[in-house]
Amino acid sequence: MSESEYKLGIAQSLIGHGKISRRDFIHLGLAAGLTVTAADKLFVSTARAEPLQGGFAKLGMAHGATTDSIDPAGYPDTFTQTAFSGSMSNSLTEVDAKGNVQPDLAESFESSDGAKTWVFKLRKGATFHNGKNVTADDVVTSLRYHMGDETKSAAKPLLEPVASIKADGPETVVFTLKSGNADFPYIMSDYHLVIMPAKDGKADWGSGVRTGAFVLENFQPGVSAKLKRNPNYFKNGKPYLDEVEFIAITDLAARMAALSTGEVDYIGRADLKTLGMLKRNPKVEIVEVTGYGHYTLPMNVTVAPFDNPDVRMALKWAINRQEIVDKIFLGHATVANDNPIAPAIKFATNPQPQHSFDPEKAKHYLKKAGMEKLKVDLSVADAAFAGAVDAAALIRETAAQCGIEVNVVREAEDAYWDNVWLKKPWCASYWSGRATADWMFTQAFAADSSWNESFWKNPRFNELLVQARAETDEAKRAAMYAEMQQLTHDDGGSIVLVFNNFVSAKSNKLAHGEVAPNWENDGLKMAERWWIATA
Amino acid sequence: MNPVARTVLQRLGLGLVTLFIVSIIIFSAIAMLPGDFAKAMLGQSATPETVVAFQREIGIDRPPVERYFVWVGQMLHGDFGSSFASRTGYRRTVAEIIAPRLYNTMFLASMTALIAVPLALGLGILAALYRNGWFDRLVNAVTLTTISFPEFFVAYMLAYLVISRDTFIGSEFAQSLPHWLAVSLNWILNAVPKFPTLSNVNDQTPFWEHVWRVALPAITLTLVIVAHMMRMTRAAIINMLASPYIDMARLKGMSPMAIVLRHALPNAWAPIVTVVAFNLAYLVVGVVVVEVVFVYPGIGQLMVDAVKSRDVPVVQACALIFAATYILLNLTADIISIATNPRLLHPR
Repeated sequence: MSESEYKLGIAQSLIGHGKISRRDFIHLGLAAGLTVTAADKLFVSTARAEPLQGGFAKLGMAHGATTDSIDPAGYPDTFTQTAFSGSMSNSLTEVDAKGNVQPDLAESFESSDGAKTWVFKLRKGATFHNGKNVTADDVVTSLRYHMGDETKSAAKPLLEPVASIKADGPETVVFTLKSGNADFPYIMSDYHLVIMPAKDGKADWGSGVRTGAFVLENFQPGVSAKLKRNPNYFKNGKPYLDEVEFIAITDLAARMAALSTGEVDYIGRADLKTLGMLKRNPKVEIVEVTGYGHYTLPMNVTVAPFDNPDVRMALKWAINRQEIVDKIFLGHATVANDNPIAPAIKFATNPQPQHSFDPEKAKHYLKKAGMEKLKVDLSVADAAFAGAVDAAALIRETAAQCGIEVNVVREAEDAYWDNVWLKKPWCASYWSGRATADWMFTQAFAADSSWNESFWKNPRFNELLVQARAETDEAKRAAMYAEMQQLTHDDGGSIVLVFNNFVSAKSNKLAHGEVAPNWENDGLKMAERWWIATA
Repeated sequence: MNPVARTVLQRLGLGLVTLFIVSIIIFSAIAMLPGDFAKAMLGQSATPETVVAFQREIGIDRPPVERYFVWVGQMLHGDFGSSFASRTGYRRTVAEIIAPRLYNTMFLASMTALIAVPLALGLGILAALYRNGWFDRLVNAVTLTTISFPEFFVAYMLAYLVISRDTFIGSEFAQSLPHWLAVSLNWILNAVPKFPTLSNVNDQTPFWEHVWRVALPAITLTLVIVAHMMRMTRAAIINMLASPYIDMARLKGMSPMAIVLRHALPNAWAPIVTVVAFNLAYLVVGVVVVEVVFVYPGIGQLMVDAVKSRDVPVVQACALIFAATYILLNLTADIISIATNPRLLHPR
């Protein structure tokens, strides 16, 4: 190693601490025999690898409404979820970029009694924004806020399996579940289940005092939220940014324009149709991850003709999923196989055979069901997912080749979830996905779930669901989940069309590590995890 | 009784009746829409129990007629009520939700009016003065073009122009042009000020920054409303110019400009003011599309939001403000028409 190379090595380590300028670094690089471009590239890549402290980022969110509130009973979309849950607050656990559960406000957790009792130890020295220590009492009160008859919380069904929560001393919380659940720590990472200070025995959400990386400074519902760094945050070194501002930009074109002109440094949900044009801008980078979210077409299996498994099978073979991915999602989605468990989730399998467009097979199953021709209504609106109406039009064309007449009924976008979903026999639906197979199945496929969108009540499936949940032997669990995925694939009432990608875009000013797939915006925690690179 | 005072009293009385009817229409229209606030808020994650708990807390489990009269009672006490987005212990009054939005809307409307009204009047007068000449034709062609495009199109084009400042020279289109043309186009684009495409403001935005931030929406709206006012000014003046008293003025040897300003315009105010009032009312109640494109937190977006989430108290208040705006601006137009017309001002 020559002297200049040695100096370059040291200089590289200085970049991360912001102690050497780009110009000085390039000078050293030239001395070490690099070209200007190569030295510059090296500078940028090193600068990004090492998070830098400081700076102000403006983040454009795809949602935001005047009815938004910091009340964690709500958090209907990415604005409130990212700004208030992901940036301002912490849950007991979090999901990392690899999809594994990690302690967050908890320090550790362990189960006993067949995963029926869970003991969470709280992190020592974690404080609220007002300086108060986080105690087990706060945790119990915060979680109880989502339970009971009086609650209006959207997270109520999540905590339904919890029989009791008790504080055991100031730093330990004990959960007793109605039945064993080996994935319980994942549920504790939900964005509703943030820890708030207890005040007079009630969770005090209104003060906005939480534990998170950022402190709320100014919030105008439907417009923007400004947060500043919490200097006493319990995670070492984090957050990197001094200040963040979340801006609600619901209009797609406005969002793209705001990033192009540098008004914001990041936008969620980029416009797929004009992504090519955005990529031409040298200051902009696309961030794309395949998440757990998926688009489905649930059939009500208690209603004819969908009560016949062969009809369901015929429809599963009558859809050209690849064409839908290519034409409607412009490649920013992955073909799904009537299995709601995304490939990145633990215990995911790919049940065979892969359902694709095959008129012969579709006709075969139709004949097996004793039908020559079939006529069905498909109720859709883009409220279910963007592109639902177009996807239905493609399905009508391919199904026609299989002797199935699909009558596409265009429903009103307003109140779609109220009037169409769970009401019409065949409709379009969206799931943002869940971090574990059990969580997903329990919410959308279990016989007793109020969100069992296909009203599918397969006895074997439901038996396995309870068994697998309490099973702690990984190999046995894997086998059970494989069988369940095969059952939803073969017999289930939900056509899982595609897994959608989270496509967002950022200015090259912002840098980040591996992006988490569990929710949008780096698992909602981009403010805590991202930083400003010098570029 | 003075005709001005009589008109004012009569119109205000009728206005109150109108407001009352508007409130009934809006209330029943929302009641007929599917879903309610609780279901809209909980969306896909609604369960029957949480919906019922929610409905009970915001009081929409009561019958609609009862809710309407409670609301009217509050209104008569000067209380606009609370938004359904309130929670126990954290009341969000409709007044505090609407106030900043109304201020923003009024700010944008005033700024647009300050540019558009003088511009339209000036162009209209000049067009009348040089009628059928090239100036007249040019002004007509340009303003008619801008009014013919939908406002979101004008808005997106302006935003695109600002984006092109930075990206044009690197685009394939620019590469395909001859070098000199690409360079000069780029030079022209760079002469465009770098207006913000995002007009998000909040209560801490300083005044001049607020002005700067609403530049693009104000220009868009100006382009959309100028033609209407300008053409009415031109037509009203040309109409007057055919009168015998104008011939008299011309025979006296007055200059054409003086004839228009001193003799024709004073008698042409009535139709012009009516059109101006109509356009100003539009600036207050009808700019939701422009607000969305430039992410400007005005009252139009607020109302659309509130309708989507079925936040009835907020919708009601917005509707009343809109109706009142129309009533007051039309009243003002009529008063000006009367005041500028001696025959109406001093009836025999």
